[in-house]
Amino acid sequence: MKLSNTETIPGHTIREFYGVVSGSTVRAKHVGRDLMAGLKNLVGGELKGYTELLQEARQEAVDRMVEQAQSVGANAVVNVRFSTSSVTQGAAELFAYGTAVRVD
Amino acid sequence: MEPWVEPAIRLGFPLFLLVVTYFIGSAVERRHQRDLQRREQRSRNLPALTFQTPPEDWQIEESALVTGSVVISIDYFKRFLAGLRGLVGGRVASYESLLDRARREALLRMKERAFDSGFGAVVNVRLETSRLASSSRRGQGTSGVEVLAFGTALKLSRA
Repeated sequence: MKLSNTETIPGHTIREFYGVVSGSTVRAKHVGRDLMAGLKNLVGGELKGYTELLQEARQEAVDRMVEQAQSVGANAVVNVRFSTSSVTQGAAELFAYGTAVRVD
Repeated sequence: MEPWVEPAIRLGFPLFLLVVTYFIGSAVERRHQRDLQRREQRSRNLPALTFQTPPEDWQIEESALVTGSVVISIDYFKRFLAGLRGLVGGRVASYESLLDRARREALLRMKERAFDSGFGAVVNVRLETSRLASSSRRGQGTSGVEVLAFGTALKLSRA
């Protein structure tokens, strides 16, 4: 599956459009990580636990989007966008969406 | 126990924390800035463009979506200063520096990932910033900001 955030897959021509596909996941951080991040919050700097957590979550959202694209028979997703929103305390929704297409 | 001991502890602990986090926080920030500068020098020959489409004369062999992200937070002392700044208004320099470092770090991670997979350029680079609400204090305290950089990495063949 080819992914791109431009309007085409560079070097390929789009043959068919299948419409919007999306994938999302809502994740909460666990207490241990939260505690460490709380300490790290005092001195500043990168909160590695959160970086990893969000990265994993975003990957899962992308995987779900790819699954959906495969199920409609696409072989590429173009114009992929990401969005993050805090839905409730201590949890975030990671959302990925794009346009499923068939390219040669 | 003397009557002045308890208020002294109550006042002394936050003051102590301010002093300690001032020194550690500044050291962490300076080290990060030095690290960013060094890595930016190294990844200079990998162009990252915000153009939607690559220049027409580029011969493209392969493309892929690349991302880079970081969650970063500010130290207790600077957060305290920013709180004071909120009373009088004006530039909040400590948060400017925080966001600047976060964006540069996210961009660098994206470029480094593209470079490691053998790509020669990234087009349509986009940056997104979001605030992570902390679960303590009813989600009021900012526990960090996340910056995500993403774009389409290209493998170029020299014509």
